[in-house]
Amino acid sequence: MSLPTKLTDFSLAEARDAVQAKKVSSKELTTAFVKAVADARPLNAFVTETPEKALEMAVASDVRIAHGEARPLEGLPLAIKDLFCTKGVKTTAGSKILGNFIPPYESTVSQNLWDAGAVMLGKTNMDEFAMGSSNETSHFGPVFNPWRARNSNANLVPGGSSGGSAAAVAGNLCLAATGTDTGGSIRQPAAVTGTVGIKPTYGRCSRFGIVAFASSLDQAGPMTRTVRDAALLLKHMASVDPKDSTSVDIPVPDYEATLEDGVKGLRVGIPKEYRIDNMPPEIEQLWQKGIEWLKAQGAEIVDVSLPHTKYALPTYYIVAPAEASSNLARYDGVRYGHRASGPKDIVDLYERSRAEGFGKEVQRRILIGTYVLSSGYYDAYYSRAQKLRTLILRDFTEAYKKCDVLLTPATPGPAFGVGEKTADPVEMYLNDVFTVTVNLAGLPGIAVPAGLTANGLPLGLQLIGKAFDEATLFKAARAIEIAAGFTAKPTEWWRAA
Amino acid sequence: MTERTVKLLKGQTGDWEIVIGMEVHAQILSNSKLFSGAATAFGASPNSQVSFIDAGMPGMLPVINKWCVEQAVRTGLGLKAQINLTSVFDRKNYFYPDLPQGYQISQYKSPIVGEGEILLDMNDGSTIPVGIERLHMEQDAGKSVHDQSPDSSFVDLNRSGVALMEIVSKPHMRSSEEAAAFLKKLRAILRYLGTCDGNMDEGSMRADVNVSVCKAGGYDKFRATGDFKHLGTRCEIKNVNSMRFVAQAVEYEARRQIDVIEDGGTIRQETRLFDSKAGETRSMRSKEDAHDYRYFPDPDLLPLVLDQAWVDGIKASLPELPDEKKTRLTKAGLSAYDASVLVAEKESADYFEAMMASGADAKAAANWLNNEYFGRLNKAGLAIADGPVSAGANAAIVKMVAANTISGKIAKDLLDIVWSEGGDPEAIVEARGLKQVTDTGAIEKVVDDVIAANPDKVEEVKAKPKLASWFVGQVMKASGGKANPGAVNAILKQKLNLPD
Repeated sequence: MSLPTKLTDFSLAEARDAVQAKKVSSKELTTAFVKAVADARPLNAFVTETPEKALEMAVASDVRIAHGEARPLEGLPLAIKDLFCTKGVKTTAGSKILGNFIPPYESTVSQNLWDAGAVMLGKTNMDEFAMGSSNETSHFGPVFNPWRARNSNANLVPGGSSGGSAAAVAGNLCLAATGTDTGGSIRQPAAVTGTVGIKPTYGRCSRFGIVAFASSLDQAGPMTRTVRDAALLLKHMASVDPKDSTSVDIPVPDYEATLEDGVKGLRVGIPKEYRIDNMPPEIEQLWQKGIEWLKAQGAEIVDVSLPHTKYALPTYYIVAPAEASSNLARYDGVRYGHRASGPKDIVDLYERSRAEGFGKEVQRRILIGTYVLSSGYYDAYYSRAQKLRTLILRDFTEAYKKCDVLLTPATPGPAFGVGEKTADPVEMYLNDVFTVTVNLAGLPGIAVPAGLTANGLPLGLQLIGKAFDEATLFKAARAIEIAAGFTAKPTEWWRAA
Repeated sequence: MTERTVKLLKGQTGDWEIVIGMEVHAQILSNSKLFSGAATAFGASPNSQVSFIDAGMPGMLPVINKWCVEQAVRTGLGLKAQINLTSVFDRKNYFYPDLPQGYQISQYKSPIVGEGEILLDMNDGSTIPVGIERLHMEQDAGKSVHDQSPDSSFVDLNRSGVALMEIVSKPHMRSSEEAAAFLKKLRAILRYLGTCDGNMDEGSMRADVNVSVCKAGGYDKFRATGDFKHLGTRCEIKNVNSMRFVAQAVEYEARRQIDVIEDGGTIRQETRLFDSKAGETRSMRSKEDAHDYRYFPDPDLLPLVLDQAWVDGIKASLPELPDEKKTRLTKAGLSAYDASVLVAEKESADYFEAMMASGADAKAAANWLNNEYFGRLNKAGLAIADGPVSAGANAAIVKMVAANTISGKIAKDLLDIVWSEGGDPEAIVEARGLKQVTDTGAIEKVVDDVIAANPDKVEEVKAKPKLASWFVGQVMKASGGKANPGAVNAILKQKLNLPD
């Protein structure tokens, strides 16, 4: 295996092997990424850069490597979505209301990564409280997609809400990044930035220390340049956690070990309901290609039906805001975070702190959530949405009697222009049409780069697996990755900017 | 069981009945909070017992405290109630500075404990069954402090997240006495179980009292049909923190409601506050002003699923509860009244049982405690635990009386000595020569001396035999109280030739 000439072009697995073999020091590697992060400020992918911390961690890693005490991710620089609380490092959730919040504790997922030896480059930009599909709701400004359409200088969105992480991975600003996915927030940005992103089964990764958006849907996952990297990173993010009652005590397998096992005999379901109205032909063709690739490698293609798919988006936009309206009640200006100045009484303090601290999209979802839970509307909205959730899960259970994984498009289209969809929230919400079902059912889903549009923008395919069967997803995603041979990279236009 | 006497209140338009239901918040005895590991000690300095979870920090998640669940189940079993093997935690959403999460985690639709019953012990010896509607677990809020500064309020989160049980009765109480008796019996059960210390002045037990009035006969119609239309509109009186206040609040509120209705008004469903200084209830907020709490299942917590075998294990380990103890003591010879007085407080029952264990006769020990020792404690304002005389010492005194070693009179003096000076009662009796004189020869000598010294009295007694008691008194006096009164009587009768 020949290594890339530039350190920042290394995949996570390549870097691991090189560091463990002492071909490259963590300090060299980290220094290269620290510089890449600084050079890429026009992308606005990071809210907080932590170069000193990164180098300090890298030096410590090199000492461990020298002593033969290297851990699985020793010395590998990562970017962390700013939704993960990091002890002593500002954690904003992309919001003004947490603009100066420095947690005195570490999230379990990030702690797992540091315990595995990883190095922190900084905290990545994101939609405010993970509410958005374009990274445009961040209080710290939009993130620009490293990709631009052929012969165009127009800035595109990187997707969201993990837009900063996706951009950092696509732009080679880190070896890999963490994301979180409530309705597609890992998979949609991964798809539109030509990267790999997996939302694991609900309960696979601990939610402890991750700023909550919708507790029953939120799940952390890796964002990487290759399927192998995703398999490697998830292994070290996932754990059962006594501090999260919804984390699940099932051993985390060595996903990398079975990665190349192939898809021979794998039954791949094609859900007919994902063929939506007005689906762009490019998406349709890509999906067809994916089917052919898997078939060519020995998979069996099965037509399946997920009849309640059309209710997924409305169900999601009841359940998620309902939980969010309650989860975000703690941001009241009383104990931490933004507080309005000179309040005349407690109600004034609440109203102005929250009006000033939350952006428009967050306020919209708090209002929707408050409405659907309110007395007289609960049965019409929240309780029906819960029933639909059960039906949606049942659709999958039925489908999995006939197949092992499902193959669908990841997004209804490629990256769109900054500002293009901000006027109409519903149009923005439609970006998650292929991804939200997975969150509602608690299942794992992975987005893998599969091709480029005619004007050179990346598109992804999604594979959906059975609960806690991420290993099969990685195998199938690897098969697509091999067949797609996706090697395109964005031009580093931001260096000239 | 005697027939329940229903207290009617006289009004201008006829007789009225009171109907009362209670919601009691009982703090679970636990070293740590319901969903965090923070400590729960009473009186700690402000905000010294607060975890990141209790403070509602971003990304923090609740984790159920198994000990607290066990105490709730134990309490449910003590209330002879249905234990629900699956229960659900819900969020009750509202904004208040002492509620850091912006919601209280409680159990709304699916509580851990369902219907049960407790028996009230009334002063006339009767018992009245009162239904328990449910028991659920919830977090306490913190405390807002408004009186420390003219322009700031402070928040103490030490209580935030402390585990509470909310125990809801059915509307089965019909007088202020029954309401107070409910609280008393519930507290006794909780203390026997060890699931709540019942300290109302520290806020570990607080009662909300629901009071309504209806015309005489309405309650029976309600019980027969289950239809609430036969009852009046209720008002909820919040946070009444003593048995006495519960009784006062009910009396005041019932009379207030009757007056309103008889003056042509209607009762609005509302929450009221009891002002213990003025002895009256005042409106806090009406139903229209009530919060919309937007209850929904807490997605951070899975449904709480219990194992029947685990519940059975708790059931097998329950201590003897007041009703069972009362039955046992009655069988051991105590009157129903004495037994219920002794079992009403775990401490008095334990004390009594310790005396029995030291060999005192049940009935004698009960009489001694109820007539002598508890009276002295009351007078001194002491709790049983703080009393100066041990159960062993009191048992020794009672045993010496039973063995005729000392007289009843000396026993009381002896109790005073042990109370103020301490010491072993038997050693004191020995050292101070307090032993009862049962030697008839010695008594005869004293009797002879008294007769010889009072020839005129001897003549009077012959005419009026009832005057013999004067001689008894003289003999006792001359013997320093140590003569056995029975022996004195017998010898006097013989010497004075008195009829039997």
